Amino acid sequence: MSSTSRSTPLVTAPMLVTLAALARAPLWLGAVGLYQYVALEVVIWMIFALAHNLLLGQGGMPSFGHGAYFGVGAYAFGLLQQQAGAGLLGGLAGAMLCTALVGAFVAAFISHRRGIYYALLTIAFGQVMWFVAMKWHSVTGGEDGLLKIARPPLELPGVRLSLTSNEAFYGFALAVLAVVVVFLWRLVHSPWGRVLRAIKQNEMRAAFVGYNVWLYKWSAFVLSAALSGLAGALFAMAQHSAYPNVMSLHNSGFVVMMVLIGGGLVSFWGPVIGAALFILARDLLGAYTEGWLLWYGLLFMAVVLFQPEGIAGAWQAWRRRGRGTAPPAPSTPSTPSTPSTPSTPTGPSGPSVPVARQGEA
Amino acid sequence: MAALFEATHLHKRFGSQVVLEDISLAVERGELRGIMGPNGAGKTTCFNVLTGRYKPDRGRVTFDGRDLTGLSPREVARRGISRSFQIMNLFDEYTAIDNIVVALPSVRARGWSMWRDLGRMDSAYDEAASILQRVGLAGKAQVASRGLSYGERRALEIGVALAARPQLLFLDEPTAGLGIEGTARLADLVGSLKKQLTIVIIEHDMRFLFRLADRVSVIHWGQVIAEGTPAALRENPWVQRSSLANAGAEGLAGGAA
Repeated sequence: MSSTSRSTPLVTAPMLVTLAALARAPLWLGAVGLYQYVALEVVIWMIFALAHNLLLGQGGMPSFGHGAYFGVGAYAFGLLQQQAGAGLLGGLAGAMLCTALVGAFVAAFISHRRGIYYALLTIAFGQVMWFVAMKWHSVTGGEDGLLKIARPPLELPGVRLSLTSNEAFYGFALAVLAVVVVFLWRLVHSPWGRVLRAIKQNEMRAAFVGYNVWLYKWSAFVLSAALSGLAGALFAMAQHSAYPNVMSLHNSGFVVMMVLIGGGLVSFWGPVIGAALFILARDLLGAYTEGWLLWYGLLFMAVVLFQPEGIAGAWQAWRRRGRGTAPPAPSTPSTPSTPSTPSTPTGPSGPSVPVARQGEA
Repeated sequence: MAALFEATHLHKRFGSQVVLEDISLAVERGELRGIMGPNGAGKTTCFNVLTGRYKPDRGRVTFDGRDLTGLSPREVARRGISRSFQIMNLFDEYTAIDNIVVALPSVRARGWSMWRDLGRMDSAYDEAASILQRVGLAGKAQVASRGLSYGERRALEIGVALAARPQLLFLDEPTAGLGIEGTARLADLVGSLKKQLTIVIIEHDMRFLFRLADRVSVIHWGQVIAEGTPAALRENPWVQRSSLANAGAEGLAGGAA
């Protein structure tokens, strides 16, 4: 049936390529002068950036205080481990639940807002949480943070894997990333995801065709916060600690920069590209100069000015030129020779929507 | 027979400005009702109150015997009332067909499904394709709506309103910005919808309105100052004075001949 060209497979080629490339990272990292821990951090930030892009790119909700949820996840994981004796999976699930609850609370106050007001409120809530983390010594450890957070072993029926080495933990983080990618990929192609993107484009129309705009925005925030919390929990394991800095405006800004430079506004893969680029730039440029962030900031400005759709956007434009087609996508349904491309790394909103419905009888 | 849709004694003011002052309208099932009046008479505000965008300060709106007063646009939409906009309100990044798909009640009912692949909901896409065909956009299904021509966007605007499978359709100045040809095509479309739906149209183009409407209400100063069949309204002094009256009268004469 021609209709299958419209549908989305559970697993796509870019997914496999990305995960395979990441899985092989331990083999070549040393050769280029990097170390295993960097790859671990890249994967964690990829999860965080993907979670953030669910709001920014898919939902059009500019959350500029998202570091807070990353931080809540990190603290929650540490506290659950140290106060309640939670293991790996229990700790991760608990951290996600805690961030989801915090996110649900915050989202209740901001989901009727849009644009700059939304952004300002997210920053305000983020700052409040950062302040709480700094000052609530008895729980968060204040400026020192929570220390000695362990990496509990992965315990499944019949298996027990230690995650204490960076290599082993990297494998686990990669598996988590794979699950998150598949989940989000389904999500953005589900009715819910399509409604969310419709709301991003036109809230008023979405309300007039019968959608509860507020509830969709609220739920997107909760999901995004929960996944950010998951990333934060992994980060707490990676760093063996949780500290206020991860909740700072700085960290919130970093994830926005990742998403925008990567091209999250136009592509599902934008945040993944952006996170990799950011962490690698930090470590590679950082090796040469203390002021690496200056150079990265200039890069960010250049991207926003000249390539606002980011790297993924540039890639999409290049591919379109390569195919000799200009946007918007041609509507001629009489070209069955073009392989349908649901698996290309174009974003769900990219203009290369596969041609559906050939020859309606 | 009781009216399908009834507004009684609607009042709406913004600050000190009274925009609707005691508007009452009753629309019968199957009727095509036209609303006309000068700029600033309160026509669009009236629509916005009727479709839930604004709450009236006083008055009541009922649909099919049930009270709609003060419900949100979402709740009004879910009761089977749909509207198009004077200033176009589309999902600009979406293709024409996706604009329709997202507005379908069958998709809305699955709106909280986070795992199902919307692309596999063939019946939704079939339904959307038939609606596109109806509004004359069958060949444009895969074009992003921002890439459509002005007239095509107007047609899609109506398509999105139709996608909700309404019982009652509000069209806010559907001919705005359309040329003669586009207006003629739109008249054919509205004429064909008229058989299946109850429709209320705000319109400046009297020729268009008088050709299609069963009854026309004239709104001025936030009140209904005249109401009747197009033929009866031709005799109305305000309609005759109106600068557009000649065009409307010509249209009537043409239709009568």
